Amino acid sequence: MKCECCHKEEATIHLTQVIDGNVKKLNLCQECAQDSGIDLNSPISITDILLGLGAQSAGVAAAMSEFDLSCSRCQMTRTEFKKGARLGCPECYNAFMGELNALTKAMHHSAQHVGKIPARQGNKARITAQIAALQKDIEVAIAKEQYEVAANLRDKIKALKESAQTSDPGDSNDA
Amino acid sequence: MTLDDMMRRHGSWLSAGLGEGPVISSRIRLARNLEEYSFPGWASEEERCEVWDQASQIFESMDIPFVRLGMGETSDLDKEILFERHLISQELAVKEAGCGVFVSPDECLSVMVNEEDHIRIQSLQPGLNLIAAWNNADQIDDQLEARLTYAFSPKLGYLTSCPSNVGTGMRASVMLHLPGLVIMEEMEPVINGISKIGLAVRGMWGEGTEAAGNMFQISNQITLGRREDEIIAHLDQIVCELIEHENNARLRLMNERAPTVEDHVARAFGILSNARMMTSAEALNLLSTLRLGLDLGMVDQFSQREIDMLFIAIQPAHLQKVQNKDLDPDDRDVVRAEMLRDFMENASSDDDLE
Repeated sequence: MKCECCHKEEATIHLTQVIDGNVKKLNLCQECAQDSGIDLNSPISITDILLGLGAQSAGVAAAMSEFDLSCSRCQMTRTEFKKGARLGCPECYNAFMGELNALTKAMHHSAQHVGKIPARQGNKARITAQIAALQKDIEVAIAKEQYEVAANLRDKIKALKESAQTSDPGDSNDA
Repeated sequence: MTLDDMMRRHGSWLSAGLGEGPVISSRIRLARNLEEYSFPGWASEEERCEVWDQASQIFESMDIPFVRLGMGETSDLDKEILFERHLISQELAVKEAGCGVFVSPDECLSVMVNEEDHIRIQSLQPGLNLIAAWNNADQIDDQLEARLTYAFSPKLGYLTSCPSNVGTGMRASVMLHLPGLVIMEEMEPVINGISKIGLAVRGMWGEGTEAAGNMFQISNQITLGRREDEIIAHLDQIVCELIEHENNARLRLMNERAPTVEDHVARAFGILSNARMMTSAEALNLLSTLRLGLDLGMVDQFSQREIDMLFIAIQPAHLQKVQNKDLDPDDRDVVRAEMLRDFMENASSDDDLE
């Protein structure tokens, strides 16, 4: 098979890309592959594959940059994140939530942490988890028109939020 | 204590337990980041230096007298030594000011600062002992968290610079010597099978390195949605299965090709005892054969630990550090061969061969 780029050399690099269910195949010779920026020596990481790196055409990249998201805290743009496959700061997890949700699910087959919780921030994390659970209960109660139950749950959430706030100053003193 | 002191001994994670057979060591790595700073790859040098200073203060007050090595003030040769001893990554070695490592005197714990993440805790243990490695890493993690505010989300767990580490931020790995599976040409299906169950196989020095000397690192890929103890138990179970596969491969190898194996081991012995020049690739392969010979009871003048130490001592930076000068590759091959001859001679002097 001849290279689809120069039509001279034998194609030794065979790329397959799936975009929205369409399979696209590209057969290149070593030289053309390198010219188009495909680094043959660096192993392609799962992140790269899932983010569809390298194989993105210039047109797609330009279209993306027009409404490029960026992180409000560290100013990293979505394009920069996709290029380096590394995030800029903890806040990026909120800024690029859309991409990241799909990515983490594909990588880990899960979207919920169940491991160690840091001791100091742990209190906050545990309360956040409790509040989230209670909020779901409220929705269920309202759907069943059990307004008294919902009111009770709302009071519980309020109490939890207050306790989270009062435990806060102690936390930050340690820091 | 300095790096020179370390050079005079080996890391105590190399004190292999008896009867471990194919297992060399177990390792736990935890990735952590500080809430109020950008991740190291995106942070300014000023930010990185602040993180490094904070870490330095905390380590100064710890019970364990950690050795502090800033990359800005560490020579290239010393960086390479740290890499060959598995204490830092290649990624950290190329960094400068504001990046560095804290190493415990027994080399079982090392904490890299401003590598891919702000904090990378590494805990090593000899043999198959992931739980002890986890307990040590967990303790250091608690001590750091008592004084640093980690980036943590109740949903995604510990937030890391690369989303592939999010959740527990933990990579558990076991280093294995699998010559039986390699010789019987069964390693490829094993690697394929392992990667299908969420584990990865890498070479001796981690990501992107070749499996020289039949050494393989098996580690978890999934970090989110599973507890640390679940990840460890799963890896542990698979490693035990691998050990069984390896032992079976060795048995079959001995049943089918005993004279060939004995010939290989005897030749390795002969070359290591007599060669005048040797590349590190050749040395790793011969040492691997010698280690197999030891496990199979064909040679008995050395311990597994001594051979495992040599895997590191014959590396380029270690040779140059011992010789105390820069050596070009040819000179290194001469020095390496000399060192191995010395080792073989001393080992066999107490005991007659065969």
